[in-house]
Amino acid sequence: MAYTSFAELLKAAETHGSLGDAAIHREVEDANSDRDTVFERMSQTFCVMEEATTRGLAETELSRSGLTGGQAAALDSATPRIIDGRMRKAIAAALAVAEVNARMGRVVAAPTGGASGVLPAVLVTGIGSAGATRDDAVRALFAAAAVGGVIAARATLSGAAGGCQAEIGSAAAMGAVAAVELAGGTPQQAGHAAAFALQGLLGLVCDPVGGLVEVPCVSRNATGTAVALSSAEMALAGLRFPIPLDEVIDAMGQVGRSLPPSLRETALGGLAATPTGRGLSSRLCRGVGCPNG
Amino acid sequence: MTRQRSLFEIVGPVMIGPSSSHTAGAARLGGLARAIIGQTPCSARILLHGSFATTGQGHGTDLAIVAGLLGIAPDDPQIRDAFALAGAAGLTFSFDEADLGEVHPNTAQLEMTDAQGREWIVRGSSLGGGDVIVTLVNDFPVQITGELPVLLVVHHDQPGVVAAVTARLAADVINIAGMQVSRERRGARALMLIATDQPVAEEIAASVAAINGVTSVRQVPAV
Repeated sequence: MAYTSFAELLKAAETHGSLGDAAIHREVEDANSDRDTVFERMSQTFCVMEEATTRGLAETELSRSGLTGGQAAALDSATPRIIDGRMRKAIAAALAVAEVNARMGRVVAAPTGGASGVLPAVLVTGIGSAGATRDDAVRALFAAAAVGGVIAARATLSGAAGGCQAEIGSAAAMGAVAAVELAGGTPQQAGHAAAFALQGLLGLVCDPVGGLVEVPCVSRNATGTAVALSSAEMALAGLRFPIPLDEVIDAMGQVGRSLPPSLRETALGGLAATPTGRGLSSRLCRGVGCPNG
Repeated sequence: MTRQRSLFEIVGPVMIGPSSSHTAGAARLGGLARAIIGQTPCSARILLHGSFATTGQGHGTDLAIVAGLLGIAPDDPQIRDAFALAGAAGLTFSFDEADLGEVHPNTAQLEMTDAQGREWIVRGSSLGGGDVIVTLVNDFPVQITGELPVLLVVHHDQPGVVAAVTARLAADVINIAGMQVSRERRGARALMLIATDQPVAEEIAASVAAINGVTSVRQVPAV
């Protein structure tokens, strides 16, 4: 079974050397498999993330609804104005993967299709920095997945159940863990990074225009990535969030259950219910019998 | 029944976007319907209920279900070209919105005709994260998730048939992971649904079909 608390995962990390190795160990046991097979499968998964990132930055085709597309490439080719370096590249990569998802390309749900941009953005831009290899990125992905498993066990990863905090919030927490793991931080620092990320997005509502995984989902992948990297930077500098990650996750679950249905993927509240959101929605071809494309 | 969560369900599945429930799950549902009828149908009338009806087009639910019927996997980019590929494969299809009553919001009913002219009704729901469940096959309520191979045994409701079928499987060391028996009414047509840990070989399925009281046997592979 997946770890059901970060405290338990931390203990396992002490035994196995890192969060990633603790996660690999548990997956090998659960699947009755061996380390190489499990590692190779995650490596293949990461390959899909890499492909989606490359494709998303190169293609400018719009989604089937026409609501999104082309913004990743536009950001990538624009002159940097305020931020530069890895953070900027990561934000472009997050938009890129989210746009690929919106135009029916191949992505990895991480933890969902709507939040599929954050982990690739963090990891693809992290390889090479501080000597991190691709294998390190795959191990970091295991660490992120283990923390995602804790969130799934204690709260939820579903926007319909817990709002966007459960999707982008969880992806940001997982991304923060991956970034710390990849940078060689400690398991404790990864926990603080995840807590920083999740508390920063606590209460975020799921309010997709027209019910589609496009507006604001695509740009929220950029938001989640920025939160993930800033959270990891804080934790790696030794900053600590005073409330333990398990309790922050529990709070996220509680907040999710208190959100009204209008703010949980029903497209009845938030941005979906704005005059412009409604206008965009009414211009979409809805339901059955629409032309293809 | 809650499943054990693998890390590959947290970071994964690999899927064609945009939605694990409305796209990946829909493709899997189409694939499971195809597995149940044992072939790509010649025609399919697809009824979309609830959220499948209202946001399905924007999520590619329509393309994904047709792709599934063609045997295209949930992570295959060909999903986008499913309508054109259906034409080439001789599958005609149509979509309608429908109120299917008290069912999961992401539900579809597929009314199909196969190459032998048989008519099929398969109804199923997409539960999130790419997980699906088929809840109706023709007249029978069922629970088929596609995670394990399933033996569908149509039989006469009479004493001893269930025991004879399970004994036959046990004789070949086939472990039964889950089982469900339903009937139209007492003494009438009944359905046995047997999920097994490994596929059942054709000759074993044939010997099950030969058991007194058994009308037909169909193996549905995992999808």
